[in-house]
This record gives sequence, C-alpha cells and structure tokens, in this order.
Amino acid sequence: MNSPGEQRALAAVPRWLLLLLAVALAAQVGWRGAGRVSAPAASDLPPAPSAAALRLASLGETAAFSRIAMLWLQAFDSRSDNAIPYRQLDYGRLIAWLRAVLEVDPRSGYPLFAAARVYAENPDARKAQQMFEFIESEFPLDPNGRWAALAHVALLAKHRLHDLPLALRYAAEIQRLTTDPTIPSWARQMEIFILEDMNELEAAKVMLGGLLATGRIRDPEERRFLEGRLEEIERRLAASQAKKR
Amino acid sequence: MPGQTATIARFALVEARRSALPWLAAACLAAALGFAGFLSQVAITESSALQASACAALLRACAVFLVAAHVSASVVREINEKGLELALALPMPRPAWYLGKLLGFAGAGALIAALYALPLAAWAKPASLAVWWLALAAELAVVAAAALFFASALGQTVAAITATLGLYLLARSISTIQVIAGGPLAGEGASADAARWLVDALALLLPRLDAVARGDWLLYGAPAAGDLAQSLAGLALYVVLLAAAGLFDFSRRNL
Repeated sequence: MNSPGEQRALAAVPRWLLLLLAVALAAQVGWRGAGRVSAPAASDLPPAPSAAALRLASLGETAAFSRIAMLWLQAFDSRSDNAIPYRQLDYGRLIAWLRAVLEVDPRSGYPLFAAARVYAENPDARKAQQMFEFIESEFPLDPNGRWAALAHVALLAKHRLHDLPLALRYAAEIQRLTTDPTIPSWARQMEIFILEDMNELEAAKVMLGGLLATGRIRDPEERRFLEGRLEEIERRLAASQAKKR
Repeated sequence: MPGQTATIARFALVEARRSALPWLAAACLAAALGFAGFLSQVAITESSALQASACAALLRACAVFLVAAHVSASVVREINEKGLELALALPMPRPAWYLGKLLGFAGAGALIAALYALPLAAWAKPASLAVWWLALAAELAVVAAAALFFASALGQTVAAITATLGLYLLARSISTIQVIAGGPLAGEGASADAARWLVDALALLLPRLDAVARGDWLLYGAPAAGDLAQSLAGLALYVVLLAAAGLFDFSRRNL
C-alpha cells in the first residue's frame, strides 16, 4: 500500500486532472441526487416464490435471509406521499410472501409481528380479515411462540371491527393451545372478558371459576382481582335473573 | 498521447488474450450452460425463460469476477515486476499509461460480454440481447475502472479484488438499502436520521448497477430507450469519475 511519504506534492498533479476530478464528482453527485430512488409501489410486489426457492436463495443462511426479506417486503407501498401506507397492496400476494418467509425460518417472529402490527391494521376491513385468517392459520404450528400476534388480532377484532364472536374465537384458541406458563395472564384470560362483554355471563362465570379452581393463578393480587370479577359477574347474573322473574 | 494510449490498450488486450482469462471465461460459460441445461430438465414450465434468466445472471456474475480478478492481478504484477517503472521511463505521460490500461481492460470486458451474449441468442430476441450486451459491457467497464483504481492505489491483489467486489455489491444493493432505510417503519430519532443520511450520502457516490444488464430484459424486452440511455450515461459518468480519481492518485505517486 502507498504511504503518504511516497506521494508527490499536490502541485505535481496536472490542473486539468484536478478540474476533471472535481467536475466528475460534482456531476456524479448531481446525477444521482436528481434520480433519487423511491419506495416501490404496491403494484411492484411480485408473486411470492415457494419457500424452497427462498431457502435455495438464502444459501443456508435462513435466519438472516428471512429477516432481510421482511425488510425488503415492508418497503412496498410505503412511499412517504402515501396517505395510508400498505392500503393498495394485493393482500393475497402479500400473505403468500409472508407465509414463504415464515416457512424459511419458522422461529422468526418478524413475519407474524409485521402481519399483526402493520398489515392487519389496514383500515380496509376485508384486507384486515385476510391477514387475521393468515395469522390464525399459522398460530397452531407454534402457539407458545406466536400467541402475541393472535392476541393482538383478537384485540383488533374486538375494538376495530367490533366483531366479538371473532375476537372470542381467537381468544379461545390462545386459551386452549398455549401451555407456556410465562405467557401473561391477560392473554390467557382474554376469552373470559370477551364473554363478559358479549353478556355471556354464565359461560364467563364457569370459565373464571374453573380457572381459579385449577390453582394456576398464584399471584395473590391477580387472584384477588379475578375473584372480584367473578363476584361482579355473579351479581350481574343474579340481577338479570331477578329482572326476568 | 492518443497513440501511446492506444498502444498500451492494445498490449493490455494482448496480455488478456495470452493469460488464462479466455480459458476461465470459456469454463464459466460451459458451467453456466450446463447448469441452465440441468434446470431446464427439472422445470415443468417456462424452461426457456428459466435457462435464459439463470444463464444470464450466472454469466453476469462470472464476468464481473473475472474482470475484477484479471485487472487487479495484472496491475499488481506489473507494479511488482517493475514493468510500470520501465514503461514510465519511456517518454510517456502517466495519464497515457493509465487511460491506455483502462481502455484495454474495458475492451477485454466488452469481449467477454460478447462471448457471454452469444449463447443467449438461443432464447432471447436479438434486440433485447444487444441491449443486454451493451449494458453488460458498460458494467464491466465500471468494474475494470474500479479494479484499476484499487489495484493501483492499494498495490495488493487480494485487497484490490475485495474492494472492487465490495463496491460492486454495494452499488447493486444501495437502491434497496435506501428504500428500506426510508420506509415509514424505520426508527425515529437522531441515530435513525443519521443512518438515513449516511445511506443517502453513500448512494450519491455509487453507480446504479441494479438498473442495468438485468436478466428480465431478455425475457420481457429491453427498457425504453430513454431509460436505457440514462442508465448508460450514469455508468459512463462513473467510469470518468473513477478514472479521474485513479489518475489523481497515480499522478501523486512517487515512483
């Protein structure tokens, strides 16, 4: 390598060369600055390849590849001039991509996180529901690792779509399939509170009573809170029965 | 000076012909055709499209590597064997030697591009293929200019090849990196802004190699003439920039 001591003075460089270098550098910066790259449009999203093809392209580095593929995927239809990003995307195509990327690295949480937190929040209810179905279909393959996405979707179904039966279905799946004790109680008990919101007080009472009877609730504060809720449900039940009489 | 430049360019071409470069280029061609043939046997549809696109992509990568390796090795060998000092002892200005080498290496790149375009004629339309060849030749000229710059400045073969291929990969991926960095989900705050600024600044100093010599041109037709001209002009500008930077460094060298 050349060290500074091996260099001649700047005056040894012909002037025309200095000028050429300056002009070429300015032209390059100006040229590239004028043609700034913008995010690809929704229509640019190509059909998804198979997971096997993606795995081949990863050259064995599936963990890195699947995450980089997600970074690439999330750039579509995300231009800064979009009032609502991702609204124009073809969700059938998008889901095929998410499914293929998830299959390449099933332990990655990225595809389902993006599906639940980004794509499922689309104001278009039909597209949001497509994403809900995708998350629900992937959840049983690893319930303890994927519960967070389905729990978020249950909240979206309840508060955005106001579809309580749908929210209840997702909450019931979380309750039924998860076994990891580190999963927070609010996620596992979501079904009870949705039943309560649906005025299905009898079912909520049975479930809450059953949960308390199993002894899985060890935290005294949590136990006290749930017992309070159970008492409230019983009061509401008694009041509604009195009204019927 | 033009006469001396032409002489150096001719010798660079003669050196390329007498080296292992033609054999390596032919071996890469045979391997790419063999691989494409294998793919077509297992494909259930679009076998021609698969052969054309896979072959073009493989040959493009091979051509870039061969040109980068050949230019780096040739320049470093000439420096180590004092051939450069001998050439400059003659009444010849330094720019004549440098530009002659660049011209010769770019010519060798154009010949490799032509060799690799020929078998693709079996699957692609002549007009699309001609455009692909032109773009590949321009891309190889950029690679040759980069390898000449790094080999001349660093004086080591491995370092020069690594730097050239690093620049090439960055230029191929910078547009995607820019898009990812500028997305609405990218983080907020000073560090995210700094990262975005850095990526944008880097993009200003790189050519758009992702926009040229694409395999899909062979399948779906070449881009519009205006877009193509713009892409090629960008590459030509970058060759001039690399040549000017290389000449600047070469002129300051105390040989």
